[in-house]
Amino acid sequence: MAKIISASKLEKFRTDIQSARAGKKRYISLCSGTGCHASGSEVLSNKFQAELKKQGLEGKVDIRRTGCHGFCEMGPILIIYPEEICYLQVTAEDVEEIVSQTIKEGKVLDRLLYKDAATGTRIEKESDIPFYKYQNRLIFGNNSQLDPKNIEDYIAIGGYSALAKSLFKLTPAKVLEEVKQSNLRGRGGGGFPTGRKWESTANADGEPKYVVVNCDEGDPGAFMDRSIMEGNPHLVLEGLIICAIAVGAHQGYIYVRQEYPLAVENTENAINSAMDLGLLGDNILGSGFDFRVKIHKGAGAFVSGESSALMSAIEGKVGEPKPKYTHTSVKGLWGHPTVLNNVETYANVPFIINEGASKYNSIGTKGSKGTKIFSLVGKVNNTGLVEVPMGTTLREIIYSIGGGIPDGKKFKAVQTGGPSGGCLPEKYLDYPVDFDALVGAGSMMGSGGMIIMDEDTCMVDVARYFIKFLADESCGKCVPCREGLRHMLHILDSITAGKGTAEDIERLKEMAEVIQKSSLCALGQTAPNPVLSTLKYFEKEYEAHLRGECPARVCPSLIEYYIDPEKCQGCGLCLKNCPVDAIRGDRKTVHVIDVDKCTKCGTCYEVCPDKFDSITKISGIPTPKAVPKGTPIKPLRR
Amino acid sequence: MNYMETSNAKNDGKSAKADKKAQKEEQAEQTITLKIDGKDVTAKKGENLIQASRRAGVNILTLCYHDDLEPYGACRLCMVEIEKHDRKKLVAACCYEVEEGLSVRTKTEEIIKIRKMLTEFLMAVSPSGDHMKLAREYGIKESRFKLDENTESPCTLCGLCVRYCDEITKSNAVTFVGRGIDRKVTLVPVASRICMSCRKCFNFCDAGKIVYLVDNILG
Repeated sequence: MAKIISASKLEKFRTDIQSARAGKKRYISLCSGTGCHASGSEVLSNKFQAELKKQGLEGKVDIRRTGCHGFCEMGPILIIYPEEICYLQVTAEDVEEIVSQTIKEGKVLDRLLYKDAATGTRIEKESDIPFYKYQNRLIFGNNSQLDPKNIEDYIAIGGYSALAKSLFKLTPAKVLEEVKQSNLRGRGGGGFPTGRKWESTANADGEPKYVVVNCDEGDPGAFMDRSIMEGNPHLVLEGLIICAIAVGAHQGYIYVRQEYPLAVENTENAINSAMDLGLLGDNILGSGFDFRVKIHKGAGAFVSGESSALMSAIEGKVGEPKPKYTHTSVKGLWGHPTVLNNVETYANVPFIINEGASKYNSIGTKGSKGTKIFSLVGKVNNTGLVEVPMGTTLREIIYSIGGGIPDGKKFKAVQTGGPSGGCLPEKYLDYPVDFDALVGAGSMMGSGGMIIMDEDTCMVDVARYFIKFLADESCGKCVPCREGLRHMLHILDSITAGKGTAEDIERLKEMAEVIQKSSLCALGQTAPNPVLSTLKYFEKEYEAHLRGECPARVCPSLIEYYIDPEKCQGCGLCLKNCPVDAIRGDRKTVHVIDVDKCTKCGTCYEVCPDKFDSITKISGIPTPKAVPKGTPIKPLRR
Repeated sequence: MNYMETSNAKNDGKSAKADKKAQKEEQAEQTITLKIDGKDVTAKKGENLIQASRRAGVNILTLCYHDDLEPYGACRLCMVEIEKHDRKKLVAACCYEVEEGLSVRTKTEEIIKIRKMLTEFLMAVSPSGDHMKLAREYGIKESRFKLDENTESPCTLCGLCVRYCDEITKSNAVTFVGRGIDRKVTLVPVASRICMSCRKCFNFCDAGKIVYLVDNILG
């Protein structure tokens, strides 16, 4: 493909694509993000190709395999344009009918539409589904309209116009000023003002300067950066080039973790196709500005997301944090000034340049502007990626968009900010979500992980889980993080095993303070947060564990399974499924669990039919004495 | 392409090192005045707070710092409180360079609390080493922390041997393996043939772990 050598040629290229597509409005957008890929979108794509051919529509209807649409719970998702008919959980069996009915005849298949849980009505358009309706998808919205492997899709919807504007209509200083005025804050966790970071690199001495994308997303349950990188890599690339213009860098790096193969593939593809069109490389769009980008594949260490560790890794060294009292924006890669920003931060830049800082400032709260993407996971009905303006309350995110807690259970806590964040209880549900409010409540924004927990979650177990994660992921270089986390984990293990003492809780608090204050990098400095926030809001649960009770009935050492003789119908399901033969009983007699043999795997609890509901978990009180062998059941009254 | 990458990187490294040397020579001429534990101290520009403290007669005990090696910031025993422009902050003295007008306190209540606990952490791993001097100073007879399994080694992972082997002898025969609580020091196969004749890092190891390693692995 010939290189585009001026801004006007780019505009011409854009209008050419748009007019070529004008006559062919109908296309199918099939989500092929990681979630939908796992639920079978690849099979669907092949089936659609075959079916369109069979029904004589080959070449008339395009299938666009797009990035993540966000509603992962209901995948695979497909949208038929231009009507925007949204079909959820589509299977290969539905394909023939979709082509013959919807594509050919324009008839909507009711059964594949979203069904509102409260009213039972079917909803046709994606944007009317509650999950999407309450979102503001500034960054993420275009995912459903473009094939990440096709640069023309991105250009057709206005892509690279911000780059052209930055090169030809603005000066580097004006680009920087616009980003500063937008009040954009880093989306990786710290919330540092992006414009100020860029400015210190722009003003720092030492050529060459570098710009780097941090896509080392590693928080349990978080997949926002991955989905942007997979679904719209050109957006991030455009933001990165604009940053390079602003700070005067000619070399960029994209640090992606190896475990994100689709993100690596799509990013590589995006770089190559941008090079082919002259949007990257020497003399970009004929402006005389040169910029190249390399991908660095991370070997999968959580700590490599820390700035100095990430830069060590790019330099070819072990990805371990280095002591730094000078910011990496002044002294970063190979000792040179380096801008390091998160994927989502760069993804905000083209909008800011195109629409202007004042428009960007109209979204969000006083201290936090724009939108934020959260990965909403855990005990919530609508799992997926959610993009909302800063300042949206937790309740709106969890209930209006997330559809509340499944199975009528009670909300207990929301964990935000990844392993370094904290758990917030119900009283914070009406808190606005922005950088400062979350910190004020004892948690943090982090990169946008949001794990919902219901009444069946044990908060001590949650703290133990995160400390285990961090103890495994600590690099082990500094004493407080390595040894402190080792002993914290040890204490939490003993509390969840029912061997804790009141002294342990005091010790946890004491250790937390020392680890926070003395650790080398942010991983260690924030590592005690899961313990501190659960202690702050759920200390009663810790105290219950000291008495031998796990209130949520989760910790295996503190619970026992018990078959209620009043309810057992002697069906034998539990007996058949018990992996250790710990259950005895005959047909039509009450079954009994042998507590000495029981390994508390919970299988019996799972298989006992709901209508009998005879197996319960007991914690903190003595298990009732077993009924004698052969006790007849009390049949259920019909 | 790959060749280009590595050669570029090397060039960058070299020029950076040369720059640094020139910078240090230039800095040596300049002096800086700061306060350490209430005493006025004059230090050379580019010196770290451990070196400056010595001039004030304050000896900050560390495990991982050595004058001949790059600051590493791992043991955290050298945490001190600094104050400038009325703002206080805790920093590792080995990694923080002297600044004009800086006020440093090495023995605040907060710092002693940190050092005590770090000492207890280290005692749980290793019954020998320089941290035992702190234990005696603070009257810590026994650590409140216990490890479950018997640790095979008394190593405190200060990394002096690893870094000496990398930075001074340039043999790279000793290295860290593992991550987090699984981190340990080991000898690099083949490269460590030199260890039997070298043994220079032995002098650095108060805990004696490196002697044990070399003797046991190389026989």
